[in-house]
Amino acid sequence: METKEYTISVLTEDKPGLLNQLTIIFNRRKININSLNVSRTEINGVSRYTLVVEGSKSDLEKVVNQIRKVIDVLGAFLYEPNEIYFQEIALYKLSLASFKENASIESILRDYGANIMAIEDDQIILEKTGTQENTHALYQALEPYGILEFVRSGRVALSKSRRKTESFIQELETSKSNNLSIKEF
Amino acid sequence: METLLDRPAKKPEETKQLIGSEALLECLIEEGVDTIFGYPGGAIMPIYDSLYSYADKLNHYLARHEQGAIHAAQGYARASGKTGVCFATSGPGATNLITGLADAQIDSTPLVCITGQVPSHLLGSDAFQETDVIGISMPVTKWNFQVTKPEEIAEAISKAFYIAREGRPGPVLIDVTKNVQQAMVDFIYQKCERIRSYLPYPTLNDDDIQKAARIINEAKKPFLIFGQGVTLSKAEQALKAFIEKGNIPAASTLLGLSALSTQHPLYVGYTGMHGNYGPNIKTNECDVFIAVGMRFDDRVTGDLSTYAKNAKVIHIELDPAEIDKNVKTEVAINGDAKEALEALTPLIHARSHDAWIAEFKACDEIEQEKVIEGSINPGSELMTMAEVIDRLSKATKGKAMILTDVGQHQMMASRYYQFDQERSHITSGGLGTMGFCLPAAIGAKIGAPDRQVIGIIGDGGFQMTIQELGLIMQYNIGVKILILNNEFLGMVRQWQQLFFDGRYSFTEMENPDFMQLASAYNIHAQQVSKREDLPQAFDKWLNKEGASLLEVVVEKEENVFPMVPSGSCVSKIKLE
Repeated sequence: METKEYTISVLTEDKPGLLNQLTIIFNRRKININSLNVSRTEINGVSRYTLVVEGSKSDLEKVVNQIRKVIDVLGAFLYEPNEIYFQEIALYKLSLASFKENASIESILRDYGANIMAIEDDQIILEKTGTQENTHALYQALEPYGILEFVRSGRVALSKSRRKTESFIQELETSKSNNLSIKEF
Repeated sequence: METLLDRPAKKPEETKQLIGSEALLECLIEEGVDTIFGYPGGAIMPIYDSLYSYADKLNHYLARHEQGAIHAAQGYARASGKTGVCFATSGPGATNLITGLADAQIDSTPLVCITGQVPSHLLGSDAFQETDVIGISMPVTKWNFQVTKPEEIAEAISKAFYIAREGRPGPVLIDVTKNVQQAMVDFIYQKCERIRSYLPYPTLNDDDIQKAARIINEAKKPFLIFGQGVTLSKAEQALKAFIEKGNIPAASTLLGLSALSTQHPLYVGYTGMHGNYGPNIKTNECDVFIAVGMRFDDRVTGDLSTYAKNAKVIHIELDPAEIDKNVKTEVAINGDAKEALEALTPLIHARSHDAWIAEFKACDEIEQEKVIEGSINPGSELMTMAEVIDRLSKATKGKAMILTDVGQHQMMASRYYQFDQERSHITSGGLGTMGFCLPAAIGAKIGAPDRQVIGIIGDGGFQMTIQELGLIMQYNIGVKILILNNEFLGMVRQWQQLFFDGRYSFTEMENPDFMQLASAYNIHAQQVSKREDLPQAFDKWLNKEGASLLEVVVEKEENVFPMVPSGSCVSKIKLE
């Protein structure tokens, strides 16, 4: 079966234990989570989990159905890349000496649209937002100059749908039934 | 830390001051609970102390092991249709519940389990009898929650009952720290009526109903399989009306048994690995396959890539996660079985499928000749399990409530007991838990005291929870126990014979004297090994007031046939 990268977005009540509830569903099916981000949303008491996983659509639809069964999950959605706006952020730590000695780093920063986030004592922190390919390309460009440490965040993503999270929650609050239609978002 | 409280503060005049452990028991009473199975220990002692003063309202049955307590609660729930309640202490008490939770989860049994926990300030410190039961039970519960503040008790318990009972039922575990049990709380109870993140019932989609009816009306060879969903949604009458109008042959899954009388002219048998010949063969010949309240377990379907491939599949199922999980549907009706069948029946045409139904009867004749006849009337010196169950079915006229354990005797009971009354078959289906039957039968008798409750158990499974004979003795539970003793772990032995070159690796058992054991527990017992003694033994056993145990010594190496070997095509079912 064809596998590719999908983004799963899960809205939950902001309660402890939810992360564990979600990850065991992937674990049971031996699906590796490529990236994970958890944050509170614009609505008080509602959290959003964004997961990037690889798999076949039919398998991941089953996973999303199982995620929806978790009592404190408000909604779970499976997206292909063209259905969402998404971004990641990466931080790169270089020695200040290397930065000073290599003028080309400055032009790399300009070319790749990266910023200097902090300069402290003998080190410098560069920051770049973009897709994983973007941040990886910058990594490769900087690698010859010695990267002391590198970190990349999980993906954050918003659906291209015009719907508001708030109206989704309102529908849950007032809906009498668990209609499949309200699961589309 | 977040609490689960999301309700407005209550008015002070409506509240009363109670100690946490009493508040918890008041919650149970508010939920209509009068029966609890449990086992005390350090971290749940305050609740047990309060229970002492609630003896007039709450009947507590002391099991001999927490696994026994939870299986009894399961049997109680499935026999009565109510939510089973179980108490255990922290640490080992809580971990001993895990098998029962997993069993209840996979067989959709409503349970609320209350575990004691170490005081809040010791959480996470590896305190005495501390275990992370929330973490451990997460994959095997529908919901769980740890109460660490006394004001959370009422809402946690009300949510627990709502979640356990509504929608597709399942087990809930509430872990209550000891300090909460001992603290004072302003108590007021409000029943949970909705949870925004859990909407348990879908609304039927009219388009789906219309489409399904059209397909059924065009069917030449319709076939229906029903599962436990029919029992859970009390859809037995609706199912009967539906198949009778459409003249549709119907087969049962293991957990569906007894939802339709085996005497019904449209009942064509039991399906799956050791099911009947007809329904397995015809699954791959039907043109419309209607699945009602069942989940296409691999023991039902065998090889999915060859399953019901000539049919348009209509799946009536409450749990949306089960739809298209194993079998791709033509029409999915996401809804309650009773509601869906009642919506469909007026739309389907009264039809006659006599020729098609006759094909099932032809299969029955083959099975009768090749399997059943030799199994129930064997020439062997010792009796067969099939024979004993057949005679039991006749002796009880198919009216008993039958509980089984796991293995050959279970398959024989599901094949040869002719169920003629609803809600009469309780077994560990999905998880296949040996040791389930004895405590579950005790719970079932407590949940349905007016029924003749019979637990059929193999010699292996009996010894897994044998300690619950103590529960029978202490509370004088009138349950009938039938041990089919072949001195083997029969099903494993059968597989060893068929698939492992007859290498009987650790399946032969040397058993204790069950008569002496029963006598030690003051339970009336008889042993039978001769065919001619069986009728009299049945008579004594079934008519004895109170509990009674009957051990039948059966053929050592009987096999269960027909059989769909694991993972093979259902229509390649083997008759021998």
